[in-house]
Amino acid sequence: MNYLKYLPVIGAAAIMTGMYSCKPKNAGNAVTGDAAAKTYIAPGKYDEFYNFVSGGFSGQMSVYGLPSGRLLKVIPVFSIDPEKGYGYSEETKPMLNTSHGFIPWDDLHHTELSQTNGEIDGRWIFGNANNTPRVARLDLTTFRTAEIIELPNSAGNHSSPFITENTEYVVAGTRFSVPSDYENGDVPINTYKQNFKGYISFISVGKEDGKMDLAFQIQCPGINFDLSHAGKDKSHGWFFFSCYNTEQANTLLEVNASQKDKDFIMAVNWKKAEEYLKAGKGKKVPVKYAHNVYNEKTHTATSEIKTEVTILDAKELKDICYFIPCPKSPHGCDVDPTGEYIVGSGKLAALIPVFSFDKIQKAIADKAYEGEYDGIPVIKYDAALYGEVKKPGLGPLHTEFDGKGNAYTSFFVSSEVVKWNIKDLKVLDRAPTFYSVGHLCVPGGDTRKPNAKYVIAYDKITKDRFLPTGPELAQSAQLYDISGDKMQLILDFPTIGEPHYAQAVSADLIKNRSVKFFKIDENANPYVSKGEGTTKVVREGNKIHVYMTAIRSHFAPDNIEGVKMGDEVYFHVTNLEQDWDVPHGFAVKGADNAELLIMPGETQTLKWVPEKTGIYPMYCTDFCSALHQEMSGYVRVSPAGSNVPLLFSTGKNLPAAETATK
Amino acid sequence: MKKLLFLAVISTLIAACGSGGSNNGSQEKNPYTTENTGAGAETEKKEANGNPSYDPNRGTGKFTHVDIPANLDAAMAENGNKIYEVKCNSCHKLTEEKLVGPGWKGVTSRYAPEWIMNFVTNTDEMLDKDPKAQAQLEICLVRMPNQNLSDDDARALYEFMRKNDGVK
Repeated sequence: MNYLKYLPVIGAAAIMTGMYSCKPKNAGNAVTGDAAAKTYIAPGKYDEFYNFVSGGFSGQMSVYGLPSGRLLKVIPVFSIDPEKGYGYSEETKPMLNTSHGFIPWDDLHHTELSQTNGEIDGRWIFGNANNTPRVARLDLTTFRTAEIIELPNSAGNHSSPFITENTEYVVAGTRFSVPSDYENGDVPINTYKQNFKGYISFISVGKEDGKMDLAFQIQCPGINFDLSHAGKDKSHGWFFFSCYNTEQANTLLEVNASQKDKDFIMAVNWKKAEEYLKAGKGKKVPVKYAHNVYNEKTHTATSEIKTEVTILDAKELKDICYFIPCPKSPHGCDVDPTGEYIVGSGKLAALIPVFSFDKIQKAIADKAYEGEYDGIPVIKYDAALYGEVKKPGLGPLHTEFDGKGNAYTSFFVSSEVVKWNIKDLKVLDRAPTFYSVGHLCVPGGDTRKPNAKYVIAYDKITKDRFLPTGPELAQSAQLYDISGDKMQLILDFPTIGEPHYAQAVSADLIKNRSVKFFKIDENANPYVSKGEGTTKVVREGNKIHVYMTAIRSHFAPDNIEGVKMGDEVYFHVTNLEQDWDVPHGFAVKGADNAELLIMPGETQTLKWVPEKTGIYPMYCTDFCSALHQEMSGYVRVSPAGSNVPLLFSTGKNLPAAETATK
Repeated sequence: MKKLLFLAVISTLIAACGSGGSNNGSQEKNPYTTENTGAGAETEKKEANGNPSYDPNRGTGKFTHVDIPANLDAAMAENGNKIYEVKCNSCHKLTEEKLVGPGWKGVTSRYAPEWIMNFVTNTDEMLDKDPKAQAQLEICLVRMPNQNLSDDDARALYEFMRKNDGVK
């Protein structure tokens, strides 16, 4: 046994321990013998689970297979993606439109799969934009972003996109309270207490088509709404939000928002809110927010700016919102599969409070309040509390469930996952994470029916887990087998961006419904070319529309002349293929844009404004056949006012013996 | 002939091992599939799984026998023309001239209707096992894309080919 060999590892572990942990741990002994067999998926075989992981500051959502940890796809959602032309093609640009104009980036924190009867139904997955508040719906037949809705009166859309058990609503609670959009926002920052408000948005979701609509917003006190989860089963009809900064600080929150012993969990009776809405108790206010929808028939997104939202005032309409005291700046707010237990995780607390839905209902009936906070009743802590998990670890953040009466909570400060029993509140097992775990994910772990084979830990700090790659390291995810009594670490895998929340689901629910190609007959893009015979180049003033087709392995047309300086050229490329996995790419030299990646049967458009005269090659970027390298063509750009006629062809523009075409 | 038979046997073996076989025992009722009544039915042997053995004139696919009347069905041919314009004419001319793929003039005299209809609907398997399809691939070097034609699309396309070959 070469002891020296392990010294650096132990050294690193010791440093980490000093910084983040109270307990010694050793990476060397954390993995046991059969981990490789448990995570090995043979070549050509499928993983058992899809894992949909938020991309954090990448703004995207990544899809992994589990247990292998293989990256299957990165789906562009809130950030532009030149690889797929997302946000670059004329068809996808409207997806990123907002009331602030086109926004090329955001910060996607949480993912939530659609549910029916509290179980994952595999139809859609939602994601939140934290910076410029929005919620996106992704279609799991195409694995593409289908819809994005912006949220007025909000900032830092963090407690989102959590859903009710039949996907009636997706919620979005503001993390940063701000003055309302419909009032004057030009106020001194230190008038937070007077002028800042917190809004909770309820976005309804169409039962059949998934279409989102901002149904109403609840106006709440100006505090920070952090995370949330819907009630389920017996508590269906309620929503729970963790709240911090009840101090209402507007500067140095690290200190000033950590003054109180307890902040709140806010319980929202959304069925009651619906009643008030129906009874006309809402107030319509003028706001501006974008609603963007991608149409898979026209292969085109449209963006509409909406101008009104209905507000319900929680202070006036007394029985919608209730505060429950919760120790020390709660972060995670998680509801167990029975709907009875609500777990609040105080970031700075040394215990985990578990609240009882039945006790909350009784406390409300008995008016067991300790007072009011800004007009909202505050239930007595003991009147809502089921019990506390004592000394579970340091810095509890998030909790997932296994459906067998156990909970798994992540501890950022002590870098561990702790398994505990909900009924007797006893700690059963703890497993170290490498390092500083944030969110956890059990397949179905926030639904009524968890499929608890694994828990995945998404770590905030990676340090020495992978080969060094300079100052910036990929974030690390860690897979634990939880099928036995003891958690067993079986795999590390690097991730895209910074994962926060994630969802996992049995692949059987999704894989067979995957779209393989778009039917060319159903393509309703206004610039489609259904067959080479319909390709053409049309000049409209200084706009040139190229109706182009791509099929293995040529473009039609592939020789274009008569483009002049000052022209805007639109390449409308239709992929005529009708088979799976045959996208064509399209790029043209000098385009200050991206490529197009056109799926079979689809039409996508690249805008190009040539900067100087000359010959510009264009080519297919996606290796498509043995003659892929031949899939190319030329565009000739002439000076403004030149008399070169508009010509286009494929296979016909052959050398003329004597006439020079200058 | 010996060589052909050998190829057929190999192909059969490949087909038996292939993972993507789509017509194992579950053929739907189809106007184009009437087993053992077509030309060459007498000489067909059955494999263990009940499928007819490989006939290079017919190729591999769901079409085992297609009745083609003497006269052209003009409406069907017109329908085939429309499909040709969207899905085929990027690569195939109506003359004898080869573009990406061979020109279509005379195609109906070179191949049986079953072979053509199998090739356009079951393209990948045909390119993987059929000797005549493979011979064409060696000339053209671009695998014909599967354009996901329905059975009726394939039949209409064949009618359009007949029209192009002068059938009235």
